[in-house]
Amino acid sequence: MPHEDPINPEGGVEWLRADGPQTDVVMSSRIRLARNLESFPFLTKATPDERQRIVAIAREQTLAAALADQMIWVDLRETPKLERNLLVERHLISKQHAKGDAPRAVAVSSPDERLAIMVNEEDHLRIQVMRSGLDLQEVFQQISEVDDKLEKRMDFAFSSRFGFLTACPTNVGTGIRVSVMLHLPGLKLSGELEKVRRAAKSMSLAVRGFYGEGSDAVGDFYQLSNQTTLGKTEEQILEEFEGKMLPKVIDYERHARKKLLAERRKLIEDRVHRALGTLRHARLLAANESLQLLGYLRLGVAAGLIKDVPLQTVNRLILLTQPAHLQRALQKELDQAKRRVERADLVRAQLAG
Amino acid sequence: MKCDNCDNEATVHEVTVRKGKKIEKHLCEQCAAGEGLSVQASLPINTLLSKFMMSTQLEEESETVDHCPECGMTFAEFRQSGLLGCAACYDSFEDQLTSLIERAQEGRSRHVGRTPASGPKCLDRENIIASLRQELDEAVASERYERAAQIRDELRTISESADADDDDGD
Repeated sequence: MPHEDPINPEGGVEWLRADGPQTDVVMSSRIRLARNLESFPFLTKATPDERQRIVAIAREQTLAAALADQMIWVDLRETPKLERNLLVERHLISKQHAKGDAPRAVAVSSPDERLAIMVNEEDHLRIQVMRSGLDLQEVFQQISEVDDKLEKRMDFAFSSRFGFLTACPTNVGTGIRVSVMLHLPGLKLSGELEKVRRAAKSMSLAVRGFYGEGSDAVGDFYQLSNQTTLGKTEEQILEEFEGKMLPKVIDYERHARKKLLAERRKLIEDRVHRALGTLRHARLLAANESLQLLGYLRLGVAAGLIKDVPLQTVNRLILLTQPAHLQRALQKELDQAKRRVERADLVRAQLAG
Repeated sequence: MKCDNCDNEATVHEVTVRKGKKIEKHLCEQCAAGEGLSVQASLPINTLLSKFMMSTQLEEESETVDHCPECGMTFAEFRQSGLLGCAACYDSFEDQLTSLIERAQEGRSRHVGRTPASGPKCLDRENIIASLRQELDEAVASERYERAAQIRDELRTISESADADDDDGD
């Protein structure tokens, strides 16, 4: 069966738009809900046959529930590795979900890619809604509607004591994870990031890298998310997250940038312009190097030091220079050495002054 | 260093002294296994830790821990993976889980958030029954009677739980 091409590598991606509120610091807002079907064991104990049936039910119900103008169904078992990695790079599935041979899938709203429902990841369903910039209220409203619609069609595992039951007890209750992708080069450069990490931890928030659990914070991109999922309502969790910690982090970051520009302007200008110079002239670029440089360039654009590069171009490059996107754009698999050449070519072309 | 037998990287190194002569072998994992050398791959730290935790906690828990009657998961299995086997595990391991959940959830162990809307409760059950019936027909047609018996049991369980739900007044 020929593989259809549901995801347009150049299109969609919500978090690239760079037009949401507070986009100088907040790249994107995301909420996910963990849900399990009542009639099946969790995936650790589900047979291949049961997994297959969960996929079949999820497919039928998510496609029939009118969750978006158009939902695309991607059966990950029939999807080549490169395409699966493409979905990881777009934050539509997790790294874990891209691996293995078990029956699993993802449903994605098209073309905006705001809504994605992972089927048979750690839980039967992981529903996520994502938007550009800081827009958690809109995200929460949309995901609540999606949850309501799905709930009418499927019985979710639920107990009155523990709430929605999840494979891992750290998600039990609401099953909600609220997160934002932050760009924090100011705090990193001024050495104040540790303070933020400690403060976040004391408020039961997690700080992670660009691709979630266990990933590095290359380019000074950090995910901030809630840890507590039980004993508070979804609204309380959202309010605490959005009301207490997040505005402080955003303020600290802006303050750090301002201070750096006032007191160590040449240092910041040097970092930013060196980054742009390297990006515009390099002939070989490794993935991490380009992400780090694009991080500095993003700082320069947001701070008004670079005027001829739009923020959206920087965001686009952050995605298009990832390995799977690079290979997809060129329609061929490339080894690491060749990817470095092609990545440098792409960046040069896009940033030609 | 290359494996003595093939082009793979040697990861197993054996030094033996026989009649005063040192004999060195450098093999890759596959060749070592082929020669009967036992290979203990290095364990990730979390596996080591959970093994350690299990060995120290096994005794005190052995009285309270049972397996989940619904899915067969044991608490030791859960400790290793951090993942439960089914919704019923929350009842089966309620005591052990409550203290663990409280630690992870700022001391809280009772849900106060959204509850499932009282929509039609049987949509997915109907689907399951329909797909099981189809599977049953196929199993019988292809003379896989053992599988057919399993499916019949599953169908019975589902219809019983549906009845129980209907009787359930709360």
